[in-house]
Amino acid sequence: MDWQAFWLTIRLAVLVAAVLLALGLPIAYWIAYSRRRWRFLVEAMVALPIVLPPTVLGFYVLVALGSRSPLGRWWQAMTGHTLAFTFGGLVIGSIIYSLPFAVQPFAASFKLVDSRLIAASATLGASRLQTFARVILPLSLPGLVTGIALSFAHTMGEFGMVLMVGGNIPGITKTVSIDIYDKVQALDYAGANETALVLLLISFAVLSLVYGVNRKVGVAWPWK
Amino acid sequence: MTTQTTSVGTPADFSLRDVLTIQIRKRFSNAGRDFTLDVAFALAPGITIVFGPSGAGKTTLLDCVAGLTTPDSGKIVVGDRVLFDEAQAIDLPAQSRRIGYVFQDLALFPHLTVEKNVEYGLAGLNKNERRNKSDVILESFRIAHLRERKPGEISGGERQRVALARALVTDPCVLLLDEPMAALDAATKSKIIDDLRAWNAAHDIPILYVTHNREEVFALGDRVLVLENGRIIADGTPHGVMGAPRRESLAQLIGFENIFHAVVIAIQEKRGTMRCRIAESDVELETPLVRADVGSTLLIGIRAGDILLATVQPAGLSARNIIPGCVLSVTQRDVIVAVRVNCGVEMEVHLTLAARDSLQLQPDREVWLIVKTYSCHLMAAS
Repeated sequence: MDWQAFWLTIRLAVLVAAVLLALGLPIAYWIAYSRRRWRFLVEAMVALPIVLPPTVLGFYVLVALGSRSPLGRWWQAMTGHTLAFTFGGLVIGSIIYSLPFAVQPFAASFKLVDSRLIAASATLGASRLQTFARVILPLSLPGLVTGIALSFAHTMGEFGMVLMVGGNIPGITKTVSIDIYDKVQALDYAGANETALVLLLISFAVLSLVYGVNRKVGVAWPWK
Repeated sequence: MTTQTTSVGTPADFSLRDVLTIQIRKRFSNAGRDFTLDVAFALAPGITIVFGPSGAGKTTLLDCVAGLTTPDSGKIVVGDRVLFDEAQAIDLPAQSRRIGYVFQDLALFPHLTVEKNVEYGLAGLNKNERRNKSDVILESFRIAHLRERKPGEISGGERQRVALARALVTDPCVLLLDEPMAALDAATKSKIIDDLRAWNAAHDIPILYVTHNREEVFALGDRVLVLENGRIIADGTPHGVMGAPRRESLAQLIGFENIFHAVVIAIQEKRGTMRCRIAESDVELETPLVRADVGSTLLIGIRAGDILLATVQPAGLSARNIIPGCVLSVTQRDVIVAVRVNCGVEMEVHLTLAARDSLQLQPDREVWLIVKTYSCHLMAAS
């Protein structure tokens, strides 16, 4: 078992889930409550990583991070090195890759909150932000847990995107799924099996948590 | 009550600063159906009823006042505070309007305890002030013992009290009630109303009470606005606006097995009822209130199937009319038994076969007829 790859993957997944919680809440709020006509376009964009092959997504992220894109050039000017094939680049790629797995359960659970409760909160003098914090968030807890757990699990197991954006640098971008692939290439089936089993158990545990907290509310499936 | 100091003094027993003035228009186009709410009225402190069938625009009206729906045009003013004015492009958000709103489904926060629900609107105060205010209101609405419970763990009447307390603890300048008592029984309802009246005796704000229930109109309001199809079609006292007795056609009279001429002997406006004596008899009935003068003659129609029959003198009944009498005849028609009873006048009562058998009805048997107030249908005598 390659513990270096394991802890790197855990670190990546925790970081991505945390960023997606912060980033996903405002996006999901907007999707759930906006009345703009072009809301569907934003929804489609957020959902894109679900259907896009990871290699396609990874390719564009790689291009965007590379030294020829404005973002890549800016980063290079700021830090002196490029984002591609670094842990930071991997985090950015994973955030985009797992975005729908956080935003969709968040938005679905926000939409389930009775609009009369939100109206009641307003008539009692609460601002939108207060209403969000005191009524919408607490009543969306199952959706929040689902979103965080799914983006964590999804990041744990990603492969194509990591390979494109991060490559295979031990201790920097080599995650467990890359490690499994490596071991199979080297015909080390016992080692691959050991790592794969750990990944399987973690995924099962996370999904059990998701379905456990969603026993009463049907928001476990992100793209319902 | 508002605390502004710029009030316009009037010699009346309330000052102008407490008056709610509404003049709005709101058009909806919903599934091919065009609907326009178009109302203008002013409300003094005290309870005003808005009465109307469902779909008349009652909830839309309240939503406009609360700031949850934006009218197309018009003005909403409380005293000298403009809440909405299309011409001046003023549209205060709901959170700044200080309008108490008790929703039809109450909209209590299910994840918060009764106490936290009541304290929800007091977020700007410090902990002690919050505690003091919620203590007072929890006591005056008799729900202090429910403090730690969640809305899902208390009864409908208790939830109603929590919703009222939550809206009133913020000292709103207007209170809106959207069919708040629809699901409650009469006794619970009247106790809550008493507590609301007691609260308003001290605070004296305009209260807009929306209902489609006739009985509530009489029980509550000093003033009634009748809303139909988005427009106010009547405005006055309950007795004045609730309609004269209808002139029934012959066809409609046929539905009533028992029709009597009756003289109005007393009007009980506060209760929404009146007492009538059936002509040429001593039989008195309590009936719903219609626009009629004492001494005038009406027709009372009672369906034979609406009358209950007892063989011992009933006690502890909610029905207001219990009339002793004596069975004249018992006739079976298919599966219905028609019993004719002499109780000063002759009345026909319909029973099931099983009821006849268990009561062992036969001529000369002493019986009591039980007639609910609202089973007495009043019509104009031609």
